[in-house]
Amino acid sequence: MDPFLLEALLNGVLLGGVFALPVLGLNLVFGVVDVIWLCYAELVMVGMYTVWFLHTQAGWPLGLAFAVCLPAIAVLGLLLHLLVVRPLLGRPPINQVLATGGVLFVLQGSATLVFSTDFRSLGVEMPPMEMGEVFVSGTKLAAFVAALLGAAALWAFLKFTYVGTAIRAIARDREVMPLMGVDPRRIYLIASAVGGALAGLAACLLVVQLDMHPFVGLSFGPITFMICVMGGLGNMLGGFLAAFLMGLIVSTGGFWWNTEMSYVVAFLFFILVIFLRPRGLFAR
Amino acid sequence: MVGPNGAGKTTLLRVISGLIRPRVGTLRYGGEDLTTVPPHELPALGIAHVPENRRLFPHLTVEENLKVGAYAKRARPHFAARRDHVYTLFPRLKERRHQLAGTLSGGEQQMCAIGRALMSGPRILLLDEPSAGLAPIVVRQVFELVRHIRQEGLTVLIVEQNVAQVLRVVDRAYVLETGRVAAEGSAAALAADPAIRRSYLGVH
Repeated sequence: MDPFLLEALLNGVLLGGVFALPVLGLNLVFGVVDVIWLCYAELVMVGMYTVWFLHTQAGWPLGLAFAVCLPAIAVLGLLLHLLVVRPLLGRPPINQVLATGGVLFVLQGSATLVFSTDFRSLGVEMPPMEMGEVFVSGTKLAAFVAALLGAAALWAFLKFTYVGTAIRAIARDREVMPLMGVDPRRIYLIASAVGGALAGLAACLLVVQLDMHPFVGLSFGPITFMICVMGGLGNMLGGFLAAFLMGLIVSTGGFWWNTEMSYVVAFLFFILVIFLRPRGLFAR
Repeated sequence: MVGPNGAGKTTLLRVISGLIRPRVGTLRYGGEDLTTVPPHELPALGIAHVPENRRLFPHLTVEENLKVGAYAKRARPHFAARRDHVYTLFPRLKERRHQLAGTLSGGEQQMCAIGRALMSGPRILLLDEPSAGLAPIVVRQVFELVRHIRQEGLTVLIVEQNVAQVLRVVDRAYVLETGRVAAEGSAAALAADPAIRRSYLGVH
């Protein structure tokens, strides 16, 4: 096989792993709370700046900056739920879309005020690794492994803990949960915190790959929403698989044409899916 | 509790388990006013409710359904023991413990719903039409089970359309009509009451 195509396929898988985290986070929050966090990519952006600030400005070791980023964005998710989403629960969905969309602009604006619109970069790069005929970026490979570990941890949490099992149950039937001794409001809070933590982890993996600026969310936010819809909103496994599919489309699109065209191909594919399978690729 | 459709039987159960808050009146249990207790704390007080249509989580396995039933902090340490007890009550559930609840037969689903309610270690079990939609032979099994659960010391409050059969497994019965208790008494006395026999037992 053409080593360049092989490299594109490999990069697609690696990219899919990084897409998967925000997709899982969005799907988790949507499945449990029934609200779409339009500002999800901006939570990731705040996490990227957190790591950048702690590492390059405050001089913390990178590992420590990562370790702080996760809980910090989890708390941001909690606050988003408590201050913005909870007061609007039970209202028509457009209210929550508008409110979390407003938070998107607030976060972009705040980041611009604090950090200006300059492009920043962490300046961390791991040496590329040679696998047979192809070269793989060590940074991307490490990010991919971390993303898979994060997804596996989420799976174990949902599968084996009482709270995780209740989270999967509440996504199907909210009304009977109190009969099981479950306080839905507490489950909403936990899901929001976990959704935030996933955004924090995604931030750690993206900050080493992308230059950041206050609008960096636009470079992966829209594609994250597309993947969620393709996998079926609220469908965790569908979203996870769709993330890899989209990663492959973007990177091989870049191989056949060029990087700019690759996103056009991705959007065309998305439109096609919406026409053919409006409830998601994996809807039964 | 028996009575015609729309009499308020299901509503009464939903008020007891906190799914509906009463606008007036009180609800006392062991001297405590239940209307001020948050609904999700009621299972810990010993009240378990098997709702109408069972309301299992169809995409979770049988055992995961039982696990959700043991969610309350006080129920978690007893999970393994109570699960094993449920499996001795319903050997079929043990055979199917890794199967998705949505793939069970109607009777098995009812068993699973009752099992899920037992996981919280209740003192009062509220059953809302457990025989609805089941084949006659399965209905007999359900009533046999109610008799068995009562022998274990649980109080059972059961709403049923199947009046003749339910009167054979309970001590007392209440006839609810348009939200009021129209008749009450021992099951034997009600089963012998000519008016009840005419209206609910199909005897002329």
